Amino acid sequence: MTLLAALLRRDLILAARQGGGAGTALGFFLAVLVLLPIGIGPDQATLQRLAPGILWITLLLSVLLSADRIFQQDFEDGSLEVMAMAPPSLELVALTKAVAHWLSTSLPLSIAAPFLGILLNLRTEVIWPLALAMILGSFALSLLASIGASLTLNIRRGGLLISILVLPLYVPILVFGMSATTGNPEMINPSLLILAAITLASFVLAPIAAAAALRAYLK
Amino acid sequence: MLLSAENLACERGGRTVFSNQNFSLGSGELLQLTGANGAGKSSLLRLLASLSEPSHGKISLEGGAADLTSGQQAHYIAHGDASKSALTVAENLKFWRDFLGGGDLEAALSALNLAPLADYPVALLSAGQKRRLALARLALVPRAIWLLDEPSVGLDEASQKLLVALMSSHLKAGGLIVAATHVPLGVKSDRNLHLGGQ
Repeated sequence: MTLLAALLRRDLILAARQGGGAGTALGFFLAVLVLLPIGIGPDQATLQRLAPGILWITLLLSVLLSADRIFQQDFEDGSLEVMAMAPPSLELVALTKAVAHWLSTSLPLSIAAPFLGILLNLRTEVIWPLALAMILGSFALSLLASIGASLTLNIRRGGLLISILVLPLYVPILVFGMSATTGNPEMINPSLLILAAITLASFVLAPIAAAAALRAYLK
Repeated sequence: MLLSAENLACERGGRTVFSNQNFSLGSGELLQLTGANGAGKSSLLRLLASLSEPSHGKISLEGGAADLTSGQQAHYIAHGDASKSALTVAENLKFWRDFLGGGDLEAALSALNLAPLADYPVALLSAGQKRRLALARLALVPRAIWLLDEPSVGLDEASQKLLVALMSSHLKAGGLIVAATHVPLGVKSDRNLHLGGQ
C-alpha cells in the first residue's frame, strides 16, 4: 500500500509540474464550453435543453485527450519495466496510475463542469445531481481510458486510436449519466446507481485488462 | 544463491535469437555476456528479469526468497534511465526507494557521486549524469541479482571507477551480477557467455 502511495504521489507531482495532460484537457474543456453558446446562438431555452449533454460529451472528449499520457512516458523511459519487476502486481500499478489520472484530470473537470454549465444556462436544480453523477462517472472514464492507453503504448500520437477503442465503452456512461441528470432528478436515482455499478465494474476489470496489455508490450 | 539456465532459447517475432544456452551463477559471481549487436544479450537479460518468457528451457533460482520471482529479487538496468525530468535527482531516487521497498538514499547518492546534484532537476543533467542516476538504483535498494545492460555506456572515467567499486562490493557481499557489455568492465568476470556465432 505504501509502495503504491509513492507511485500516486509521484504521478500527482508530475501532473502538477508538467501541466501537460491536465492542462490540455482543462483548456480544451473551457474552449468548447465558451465557444458552444456562441455557435448555437443565444436562445436560452435551446441552451438549457442541450446543457447536460454538452457537458457530458465535453467531459468525455477532454478525458480522452489526456489519456495517452497515462503510461506512455513510463514506458519510454524504462520506468514501467522497473515497476513490472517490483513486488506490487502490474494490475495495482495500472489501477494506481488510473487513479492518479482521475485525481489530476477527470475529477477537477467533473467538479468544475456543473458550475461552468452556467455558461450554458444549466438549470440550477440540476447542478448537484450532475456534479455527483460526473464525479462518479469520471472515475470510470479514467479507468477505461487506461485500457486504451495501455493498448496504444508504443504508438506515437495514439490519441485517435484510443478514441476509437474507448469511445464505445464510454457510451453506457454517457447514457446513464445523461438520464441521471435530465428531467427533475433526485440526488440518488436509479440511473445514478447503475452509473455507480459501471464505475465499480471498471474499477475491478479495467486494471486487469490494462495490465495484460502492458505485459504484452513489455515482452 | 544459485541462478541457473537450462537449455534456454529465446524467440522474438518468430526469429530464434539464441537457443540451447546453459549457465549457472553462484553467489559472488559475475557473468559477462558478450556478442554482436542483435545476438540476444538484452533478450537474455529480459528473460532473467522475468519480463518475458523463454520459448524453450527454464530459468531457476535456488536459495532466494521462495515467494518471489527471480525478477522481483533483481535490479535490471536497461537502456532507459527510468527517471523523470520534472523531478529532482533526490525526488527520483526517493520515489524508487519508496516504490521498491526501502533503502538508503544517502548511500546511493554518495556511491555514484550524485550528492552535489541531489536538488537538480533531471532535465538539466547530462546523459552521463542521468546514467549515474539510473545506476544509483543499484546502491539504493538492496537486491541480490543485478542485471546490467551495457552499464558503462556514457560514463566518464571517474564514474566508471565508481561503478567498478559498486559492482565489486556487491560481489563481495555475495550478490550475483549478469552484465552485457561490449567493452571490458574492469571487474574480473567469473564466467563468460558469448552469444551468437554458434
